[in-house]
Amino acid sequence: MRNKLLLIFVLCFFLKPAISYSLVEIDITRGNLDPLPISVSPFFADETSKEKIKKNLDIDNLGLEISKVIENNLRKTGLFETLEKESFLQKPDIAHLKPRFEDWALIKSQVLITGRVTSKIINEKDYIRIEFKLWDVLGAKMVDGFSLTTVPTNWRRVGHKISDKVYERLTGESGYFDTRIIYVAEEGPKTQRVKKLAIMDQDGFNTKYLTLGNELVLTPRFNPTNQMVTYLSYFRNMPRVYLLNIETGKQEVVGDFPGMTFAPRFSPDGKKIIMSLAKDGNSEIWVRNLETNIQEKLTDHPSIDTSPSYSPDGKYITFNSDRSGYQQIYIMRSDGSKVKRISFGKGIYGTPVWSPRGDLIAFTKLHKGKFFIGVMRTDGTGERLLTENFYQEAPSWSPNGRIIIFYRETKTDDKGQGFSAKLWSIDLTGYNERLVLTETDASDPSWSSLLGN
Amino acid sequence: MNLSKILKNAFLVVIFGLLVTACATKKSVKTTTESSTTKAAETTTKAAETQKADPIEKLDALMQGDVYIGSDTVGELASGVPDRVFFATNETILTTASRETLRKQAAWLRQNSDVTVVIEGHADERGTREYNLALGERRANAAKDYLMTYGVSSDRIKVLSYGKERPVDSGSNPLSWSKNRRSVTVKAN
Repeated sequence: MRNKLLLIFVLCFFLKPAISYSLVEIDITRGNLDPLPISVSPFFADETSKEKIKKNLDIDNLGLEISKVIENNLRKTGLFETLEKESFLQKPDIAHLKPRFEDWALIKSQVLITGRVTSKIINEKDYIRIEFKLWDVLGAKMVDGFSLTTVPTNWRRVGHKISDKVYERLTGESGYFDTRIIYVAEEGPKTQRVKKLAIMDQDGFNTKYLTLGNELVLTPRFNPTNQMVTYLSYFRNMPRVYLLNIETGKQEVVGDFPGMTFAPRFSPDGKKIIMSLAKDGNSEIWVRNLETNIQEKLTDHPSIDTSPSYSPDGKYITFNSDRSGYQQIYIMRSDGSKVKRISFGKGIYGTPVWSPRGDLIAFTKLHKGKFFIGVMRTDGTGERLLTENFYQEAPSWSPNGRIIIFYRETKTDDKGQGFSAKLWSIDLTGYNERLVLTETDASDPSWSSLLGN
Repeated sequence: MNLSKILKNAFLVVIFGLLVTACATKKSVKTTTESSTTKAAETTTKAAETQKADPIEKLDALMQGDVYIGSDTVGELASGVPDRVFFATNETILTTASRETLRKQAAWLRQNSDVTVVIEGHADERGTREYNLALGERRANAAKDYLMTYGVSSDRIKVLSYGKERPVDSGSNPLSWSKNRRSVTVKAN
């Protein structure tokens, strides 16, 4: 990506209160029945900084824009109710220095976020310094905050990092806002879809297209440790698994296989790719080590074995196979031994994806003509269906294992019109189902890890 | 704020958690006790029932079981030689009609020994993308194996699976799906 990660942590002040958590704390293991009222004050900027930033980014009020990024992130979790800025009584600069807590309590705000943007010059280059503070209104104290200095174009990422900090502080879980989603952008009629790889920030901004649409591309997946992606391309009508560096644009075919390779996914350490090889009417699961270039067959069965996914410790692989007659979910050790079926419910089960927390497997289920996204424990017990629709599949976990993103296709009418494919997300609780906005139709989403610095 | 309030809130959360668990358990029990076995055939039947718009006689004339037997998407590999065969849901078995089509293709290929072909395997939209890629490959190979049995050398036949990526019919009904479950023999030179 062009966004060079130039975030420099100049100063991090964690003013932890005497007790480890303040009153405002959210339990995210339940649904969003009682979202926490929160105020995000527009970030304050002095006139000189405003002018400088206007010149750099052509944005009149960057402080306001950053506060909107944070607000939008927090509201979409379903855990927070972001209060209208019109109701705020205190000016941003004064609130940031020392809020008058009664004013914020009056509008029923339990938490307040304030901040300040300053332009800076380091080695004759323009930078922005963004400072934020998180306040507990009822406890009448500051509970967290930090400041970052970065190149001006990185301002949205700072908004995401602040959102992550707030989420972590108030829920006790790691955040997922400073992340990206890679997906397949779709256009054209259903019988001749043009598909391109696309990447965007988690909140739908900064969309970039990584392929031109000349060949069919499917199922991109992030390397959990860096900015590499693996996907399936029909380049020269030879469907093969490819490896793409999204920073340099360099790509290469993975391995030298005598047939179609598909359904790729990285190992948790990012050093291996598991995938299927289809040859002579039989699909088996293979693994290729990207460092040693050694490739190895893991399954050995005349049925279709595909959609493999590693456990986060790398010791196990879950996959789907139709060896019982219909698609069901299996697990095996990562060397291919000890294959065990785990799905026994009514219906057909596919696309198992291991949660980053390790305790659950997300899946697609087809039962009585309906498609479901669900989760089950890794021994197959505790099946829970989160959402039902005409067609949906391809779950991918947020890096904190709290949200699942997937794609959904619509039923066409009698004339075959009205087809669309869109990304959706839903909380693990089964609440908070949301359309994920994309510039075009979209499918096959994959959620990145937190981007780091 | 004061500790008792925190504890009270925590207690409420626990109670709520228990309620949620209880509800969830009830729901899952209900799901598992739902009657009847689920086979793909049944799924399709159910889907067919919801498609009341299609007159039954019309479906009968165009589908046998759920295999398409009509001709409106069928092209020609050569004059009098149909280019495609159709499959039942999740199946790769060749029907009597499919075998007849493939024997015609094999005879034509034996007469035109310089021709090479690509057999494209396809699936309908009612399956997961990756499984359908594998299924398309399996279908194309079923056709390839049959051509080989009738004397066409394997080096003249390539297979290419498109999974569900290239439907010929964009409808969302059993008849459209039956037209899309196919393998198509295409001249490659």
